Amino acid sequence: MATLNVLILVCLGYVVLLFGVAFAADRLAAAGRGAWLRSPLVYTLSLSIYCTAWTFYGAVGNAARSGLEFVTIYLGPTLVMVSWWWGLRKLVRVGRSQRVTSIADLISSRYGKSNTLAICVTILAVLGGTPYIALQLQSITLSFSIFAEADPTGLYREGSSVFWVAAGLAVFAILFGTRNLDVNERHHGVVTAIALESVVKLFALLAVGAFVVWGVAGGVGPMMDRIDASEIGQWNVDAGRWTTFIFLSAAAFICLPRMFQVMVVENADEGHLRTAAWAFPLYLLLMSLFVVPIAVVGLDLLPEGSNPDLFVLTVPLSQGNDWLAMLSFIGGFSSATSMVIVTAMALSTMVSNHVVMPIWLSMQEGSGSVSGDVRNVVLVARRVSIAVIMALGYYYYRLSGGGAALASIGLIAFAGISQILPALVGGLFWRGATRTGALVGLSVGFLLWIYTLLLPGMEGALMSETVLQYGPFGLGWLRPQALFGIEGMDPIVHTVMWSLSLNTIAFCVASLLSFPSPLERLQGAQFVNVFDHSVAPRGWSGSVAQSEDLMIMTQRILGAGPAQEFFQAEVDLQGGRSNLPEPTPAFLERLERELSGSVGAATAHAMIGQIVGGSSVSVEDLLAVADESAQMLEYSSQLELKSAELTRTARQLREANTKLTQISEQKDSFLSQVSHELRTPMTSIRAFSEIMRDTEGLSGEEQTRYAAIIHDEALRLTRLLDDLLDLSVLESGRVNLNVGDDTLRSVLDRAVPSALAGSNRTLTVRRTKTTERIPLHTDLDRLGQVFINLISNAQKYCDAEEPVLTIAAHDVGGQVVIDFADNGSGIPPEARSMVFEKFARVGVDKAGGAGLGLAICREIMQRLGGEITYLPGQGGAAFRVRLPMAYQQAAQ
Amino acid sequence: MSRKVLLIEDEPNIAEAIRFLLTREGWQVETHAEGSDALQVIQGADPDLVILDVMLPGKSGMEILRDLRELEHMQGLPVLMLTARGQSRDREMAENAGVSRFMTKPFSNTEMLTAVRDLHAQATQS
Amino acid sequence: MSSDEDRKPSGVRPSLFLERQSYRRRRLSDAARLLPFLGAALLAIPLLWPDGQGAQEGVSLSSAIFYIFTCWVAMIGASLVFGFAARRMRAHEDSEPETDRWQR
Repeated sequence: MATLNVLILVCLGYVVLLFGVAFAADRLAAAGRGAWLRSPLVYTLSLSIYCTAWTFYGAVGNAARSGLEFVTIYLGPTLVMVSWWWGLRKLVRVGRSQRVTSIADLISSRYGKSNTLAICVTILAVLGGTPYIALQLQSITLSFSIFAEADPTGLYREGSSVFWVAAGLAVFAILFGTRNLDVNERHHGVVTAIALESVVKLFALLAVGAFVVWGVAGGVGPMMDRIDASEIGQWNVDAGRWTTFIFLSAAAFICLPRMFQVMVVENADEGHLRTAAWAFPLYLLLMSLFVVPIAVVGLDLLPEGSNPDLFVLTVPLSQGNDWLAMLSFIGGFSSATSMVIVTAMALSTMVSNHVVMPIWLSMQEGSGSVSGDVRNVVLVARRVSIAVIMALGYYYYRLSGGGAALASIGLIAFAGISQILPALVGGLFWRGATRTGALVGLSVGFLLWIYTLLLPGMEGALMSETVLQYGPFGLGWLRPQALFGIEGMDPIVHTVMWSLSLNTIAFCVASLLSFPSPLERLQGAQFVNVFDHSVAPRGWSGSVAQSEDLMIMTQRILGAGPAQEFFQAEVDLQGGRSNLPEPTPAFLERLERELSGSVGAATAHAMIGQIVGGSSVSVEDLLAVADESAQMLEYSSQLELKSAELTRTARQLREANTKLTQISEQKDSFLSQVSHELRTPMTSIRAFSEIMRDTEGLSGEEQTRYAAIIHDEALRLTRLLDDLLDLSVLESGRVNLNVGDDTLRSVLDRAVPSALAGSNRTLTVRRTKTTERIPLHTDLDRLGQVFINLISNAQKYCDAEEPVLTIAAHDVGGQVVIDFADNGSGIPPEARSMVFEKFARVGVDKAGGAGLGLAICREIMQRLGGEITYLPGQGGAAFRVRLPMAYQQAAQ
Repeated sequence: MSRKVLLIEDEPNIAEAIRFLLTREGWQVETHAEGSDALQVIQGADPDLVILDVMLPGKSGMEILRDLRELEHMQGLPVLMLTARGQSRDREMAENAGVSRFMTKPFSNTEMLTAVRDLHAQATQS
Repeated sequence: MSSDEDRKPSGVRPSLFLERQSYRRRRLSDAARLLPFLGAALLAIPLLWPDGQGAQEGVSLSSAIFYIFTCWVAMIGASLVFGFAARRMRAHEDSEPETDRWQR
């Protein structure tokens, strides 16, 4: 007799073997030599994770209780596999072309990448998976207990053993399922290990069966007699349960996350389905072949009251065949582990992709780049979710008391997960199905399942006996197991009937009443018409459906009117047999060109490719397109703004152009003036120098006089050039201000004498020195330059007989104001606006300067932050200089 | 028989240089520095030749020339025009206005003398 | 889905030979679609059996097992046949010129 310790060692050894296989398979696949890993056989075998420990142990138990009812669980999947041509093929094609990672991903991407929906499916899958995992825990624990009973040395306690089994499976699943993070979510190693496990469990069951039939009963004939003679010897299956269970198992076969994982996500080649279509039903047939014989023999041989769920173990044990019992134990262990690994993988993928990652990403949003740690975050998220899922399974087992028969726990899980079916099938075959419909349907079915099956299944732990008996608040028609007063139904049948029918009705009604978003409609067309979009030859009706899609899309992009015109023109071109054109390559090319005008070439190509082409586009691409179109909308509204802005800009440009033309004219005239001012003194210089060179017999007086003229004119040239340079520096703004502090008085003290020096004309300057004690913070030299200019102008141009210049300084409204007024005839009004322009000259005196002085003064005052203006009404010419006091205040 | 030239030029130094040159050639030189009354001065002086600056205070040389050519007995009067701006546009404008010779400042003395001689020779031949 | 309206001849369609091929393919896929319904019907037959509790003699478990497993094997066999047929058809399909498929 094998002791418990040996059993544990065998289990560990088996796990190590599985790891080895998985590792080797991954290595082979990485090396590119693992073609056989992707064979139809491996695919078929991997599908057999459908057969869990529940199947392994529970089928016999079920048969011992209710005869042939157990086959329903196998017949459902058989029907699904047999109808692969229009069912699974479509599911697999969609799953592959949309690159989905889980059933939650598939549902969410069908309904416009709705994460809400993904979360709903995830929760449903986790809750549906919880009883199932509890089931695996129970079966392993029970099988341990059988060996423990027979092992007098073992210190076996049920409670702690469940915990350790749960913990062990969690570690196992974490190590297996999250070893690597594959981009396309395919796991060569795991799939291969699972295929191996299917072989092990099939072999174990067949071995026990063969032992029972030929070893115990003595052949097929006697076995059959024995069956008929047994207490389950007559066909005695409830019609409702028979139909419901076939349907339920078919539904669960499609909807179970772990089945979806191996069937769709891990599918390497659609053609594998062709083989699996017959090979997998065959596997199921073999699995169930010996179930009834084992049950019958168990009932015969074992004492009254022994658990029929464990006949697979106890029958060989009772016959003293320990090694067969060990093999059978390993078969059951295989079933449990493979189921747990794949379920945990599938569920953790869903949890991390649809719950943890969105939350994590939204938390990271503020901090910008996230690329670095994502893989780690995903891995941690998956590991934690596996642990949580296993913990949930453990608590469910504790809450349900571990007493319920294996089969009924499994059916509870089936009924839960089947709530996805309406949304899934509707999404694949009905383009009118909407996100709202899916959400409403799922919620209705889900809540009904919890209320009528899950909570009552916990046997008083979460739902009181009164509610069960008399309904909540005494409302009899709401009794969980007899909704609307219909009593006497089997609880599972009751739940399946109500939840799925109300789920489907809610789904359809809400779909009909709601309106899908563009992305949903696009995805709907992608899913429902997946074959038209890819390989199979298209029929005429399929083409028109595509034209409809194209029409919808085109209308959205071009607007209804232009789109209809375009399509009508195409119909006419094609001969007008229907009201929609056939999607011929020529038409599609024209359409693409037409669309690319609105949305850009790449987008148009991608959109048409999605509807028509073989190119499959992921949800991310679709989303990108959707974003792009949203941006286009935003952009077009921006365009309107822009065009207004453009008009404005054009006007500004015209204005700028006018200004430029003016400036250019000013420049021409400036150059022409500069030329004049330069040529005039040069003319005199040249003429007199030639005279002095060529003329003989000039008198000494003449020579002196002409040389003086040449000298004066040369000085005039120099002054002109100095002024021009000064002006150009000032105008270009490159002048460096040399800011210093002094009083106005001392600036004037310096300016007056230097202005008056070197001239024989007299000018009396009158100042009120007491008012001039104003502190200045400015470029004192430049300011002095302005003063000198004004004073020497007065000296040159004042036409009074006794010229007098009055300089008065005041402090007016925060500004220093200095007025320079002479007693001459002043500047005539029509010339006043001109005096600050370059080369503007008033009066006839030419020798004075080039007419740049006041222009320079104006520029200087602008640089100093003040201004210089002509001051009318003062009798003579008067100029006012203003300086901001701010300079002064800033200096204090 | 004395030859008379009227020089209308507002730059005193240039006027003095031209007066010096032409006097030595045997011309009788009269000068005037104002644009506004130049037309009357020309009519009053009745010169054999006019030397006219473009940039004059009061009235530009171009306008003076245009007005001069409007007068019937003045159409044959040789006019030598001087400008310091030196733009081709000025030369065109002057030719349209009926100038006899156009010179850009600064000029060489020989240039000036040759121009005056040529103009005078043409005028006396015709 | 596919119906006989599909067979409307049209100028764009390829030759008669390929028409025959595609006709066979269509009928084959019709049969494949029919298979699960046939299977479901066969599996529904036990519902008509007397359950042995009334006056009538019930169906013995061994004959029930025999019936159900026979149906099962039949379904597997049909699926196997269809699977191979589909493979052959696909081989043909792949060699066909792809006339009216829009390609990028």
